[in-house]
Amino acid sequence: MDEKKEFRTMSGVPVGSVYGDGPLPGEFPYTRGIHAGMYRDRLWTMRMFAGFGTAEDTNVRFKDLLRAGGTGLSTAFDMPTLMGRDSDDEWSIGEVGRAGVAVDTLDDMVDLFADIDLGQVSTSMTINGPAAILLAMYVAVAEKDGVERSRLNGTLQNDILKEYQAQKEYIFPPRPSVRLVSDVVSFTANEMPRWNPISISGYHIREAGSTAAQELAFTLANGFAYVEAAQAAGLNVDDFAPRLSFFFNSHSDFFEEIGKFRAARRIWAKWLRDRYGAKDERSHKLRFHTQTAGVSLTAQQPEINIARVAIQALAGVIGGTQSLHTDSYDEALALPTEDAARIALRTQQIVAHETGITSVADPLGGSDYVEWMTDEMERQAEEIFKHLEELGDGSILEGVYVGIENGWFVGEIADAAYRFEREVNSGDRLIVGVNSFTEGGDENIDLLSIDPATEDTQLKRLSEIKQSRDSDSVEMALNRLSLEASDPAINLMPAIIEAVKVRATEGEIVQALESVFGTYVEKAFV
Amino acid sequence: MNKKENSPIRVVLAKLGLDGHDRGLKIVARMLRDAGMEVVYLGLRQTTEMIVTAVEQEDADAVGISMHNAGHLTLAPRMVQALEDAGLDIPVVVGGIVPDSDLEAMAEAGVAGVLGPGASAEDVAKCVREAVATRGD
Amino acid sequence: MAIEDSTVISLVEKASKGDRRSVGRLLTLVERGGAAAEQVAEVTHNLSDKSHVIGITGAPGAGKSTLTASLARDLATSEYKPAVLAVDPSSPLTGGAILGDRVRMEEASEAGAFIRSMATRGHAGGLALAVPGMVRVFDAFGFNPIIIETVGVGQVEVDVASAADTVVVVVTSGWGDAVQANKAGLLEIADLFVVNKADRPGASDARRDLELMIDLSQLTGQTVRRPEIVMTTATEGEGLDKFKKAIFEHREFLFEEEQISVRRSKRWKAEVGSRLDYLISEIVKESIENLEEKEGSSPGSVAREIAKNLLKKDELR
Repeated sequence: MDEKKEFRTMSGVPVGSVYGDGPLPGEFPYTRGIHAGMYRDRLWTMRMFAGFGTAEDTNVRFKDLLRAGGTGLSTAFDMPTLMGRDSDDEWSIGEVGRAGVAVDTLDDMVDLFADIDLGQVSTSMTINGPAAILLAMYVAVAEKDGVERSRLNGTLQNDILKEYQAQKEYIFPPRPSVRLVSDVVSFTANEMPRWNPISISGYHIREAGSTAAQELAFTLANGFAYVEAAQAAGLNVDDFAPRLSFFFNSHSDFFEEIGKFRAARRIWAKWLRDRYGAKDERSHKLRFHTQTAGVSLTAQQPEINIARVAIQALAGVIGGTQSLHTDSYDEALALPTEDAARIALRTQQIVAHETGITSVADPLGGSDYVEWMTDEMERQAEEIFKHLEELGDGSILEGVYVGIENGWFVGEIADAAYRFEREVNSGDRLIVGVNSFTEGGDENIDLLSIDPATEDTQLKRLSEIKQSRDSDSVEMALNRLSLEASDPAINLMPAIIEAVKVRATEGEIVQALESVFGTYVEKAFV
Repeated sequence: MNKKENSPIRVVLAKLGLDGHDRGLKIVARMLRDAGMEVVYLGLRQTTEMIVTAVEQEDADAVGISMHNAGHLTLAPRMVQALEDAGLDIPVVVGGIVPDSDLEAMAEAGVAGVLGPGASAEDVAKCVREAVATRGD
Repeated sequence: MAIEDSTVISLVEKASKGDRRSVGRLLTLVERGGAAAEQVAEVTHNLSDKSHVIGITGAPGAGKSTLTASLARDLATSEYKPAVLAVDPSSPLTGGAILGDRVRMEEASEAGAFIRSMATRGHAGGLALAVPGMVRVFDAFGFNPIIIETVGVGQVEVDVASAADTVVVVVTSGWGDAVQANKAGLLEIADLFVVNKADRPGASDARRDLELMIDLSQLTGQTVRRPEIVMTTATEGEGLDKFKKAIFEHREFLFEEEQISVRRSKRWKAEVGSRLDYLISEIVKESIENLEEKEGSSPGSVAREIAKNLLKKDELR
């Protein structure tokens, strides 16, 4: 910490690093923040989510964002990749490269990070079902570039439990999927100490329509579930907990969100120390990435979304986030144009450098309202934990499995979503541009369109790779994988890394696993 | 709706393709139920074949498909065609993100109605009712 | 909206040639009731009574959908041509319904099972009035077995029993209170009990409780054949073979012991009874619709007057 540097307001008034009595930031249970100095010492990472078209297209956008001041990479994959299917799969027609970048083999990964020093940059990969495979590819690319895996810095979302609850990007049933997640946690604990193996997410749960307290509670419960799973796999909690990270939504109700973030830290610290026996303070400190609420952005009068995003970004920063993605104003219509992505990044930069917020840690701490809100969020969350514990006969992990199986999570979320919809419908809740103040902004804005040739390009490339690779090695690697998958005691990461190196495709690796794990079919609960 | 003349409208609701966003679909299901209709909820990751089979067996009056991720230009016409090929004169209503500039293409492809993200419960029920009435027996 | 005879006849012709769409349309005509339904009934009446009708009921969350789906899939992939009638309750407020059973039977559907979702449409009994007629349609066009799947709450179990040859009641280990089961009349109508989620604690207790209750009812001579109890964990696929076997064994019993005609005549009577109930309830509704309160007359005496008029009787028993 640079003690000599003085922080002053725009008018020149010197300000202290924190105000108020009671526990300080950096002190258990970290309600006010996980570091004493917070943003004085280091700003949050400006990590803008990007991905579309081919790996080459996204590589260009990555480099643009880094040049514009972004401090970390965050990768969006297309639907087929997210669902573990290759670009030539029948389900992939019309979807290749549309919602993110298409990755079928190691070659795509090499192109994705071309001319980017993986030893320097921190990369987040937003993928769940096939997450282990993408991590394996990243490790293989680094190896090719001469970067040791122990130096790699980044995050894998790899949060399969929330898929069954909200995002629905699952492949295998819950239990084998959690085994795969645990394998990644063990692997990184041993070989990639700077890597966050899970980004336990509430963002999607909230986007699906949950309340703030549900987002908070379901996310932390999933976190506890992963802790229990890793402990059951033989790991000591302090070996992996420091690297568990979180991902929250920042929605429009300003103070509710701030209360939620503060409660999250307090709850995690208490549970990890008291319930799971973690002794290392790094295990107690909840670190999180935030994304502003995509679902709050409207197709009507899209430019006004810039204001929404700014307010939501502010809430995330006052809430003490470690990393932030701000949505682009055209979010409700298409993937972001270059301009829209730039404006979103600039929004963060304005918050960071022009508002003075970064001078003081937890500036709203001590406010009667914010402290009450924090307590209230914690109270509601504890009720949900109690329910899950009952469902699981004392185990949160088992309770989460039951809640998934019997549709409890999706039911709660759907009920909350419907309530919200009715409020908007009836006019009890006003959304500017949607059910109020609807004039204006009708000009068509430029939208990003994906070159239809993308799919053909990708298909051609995939076909060439399939022809030129050594199919015997691929077959052997896939057989090894299926064999090892049947034994829960074996960590699958080495076998997956071997398979990607010989250019087995993502889809082939998924199928090899599916033959052992089975496929998950959701029972629709409406 | 106990009177025989007014038996409820039956709607098959589904999402084609890989996309997993079903929040809107679930909300529409509840809206249609609250409007007195019977919803055969198929949910995510359906194919046109599965939907056609459902329409035949459930004797549905309408099909509602939900689209995000720019799938509407390929998937919606495919759904209309699949029903036609099976000899089913059943209207298809598309809900979700459809830019204004694509509305004409939707109409030309034979889609009976498009509901945008701001559609109210009344809009949704009305659109389905009208689509069914226009094809009516 | 008069449906002509010719429409029904042409649908029947196509259905008998295997056109599933026509079967779907005939089911709708029956469901709607009225003249068309009667026409369909006339045609199907003589073509039916060949299929084995299985009723599956149980409390919400017991897992009967999973069981039904795997049974239907199993049957469809072997030499059978099963049909499933999945019944869900309509909203009493709006008359609408969300029918979510079909989606759980994707594999069965792909294997060739015919799946039809039904809403109760406000029938107080909880089971749609049209079920027997729809079962007959399936029967007439060669679907066998026919599975009726419905949520068992209150009166429903008894209704299902009256429509099926083999009645399956699905419970879980959380079920516990055997007294409740007795109250609902489950023990009188169940031919087969399934204790699902058998991997959970309390499953063997549930089995034991059931056995005890069955023992008691056997003493009072209520059942002809002691209902079997099968343990399953439907989500893991455990016990499904035993489940199927138990169903077929019951069917064997019905045919061998000539019980089938006893059951079928019970079914027939029950159907006449529920139609009569419905007709009368419509008449009752009409009778009280425009009624005005009469000073000095008790509701009981008013009712008796109306009944006497309707039945053209001088005295009521």
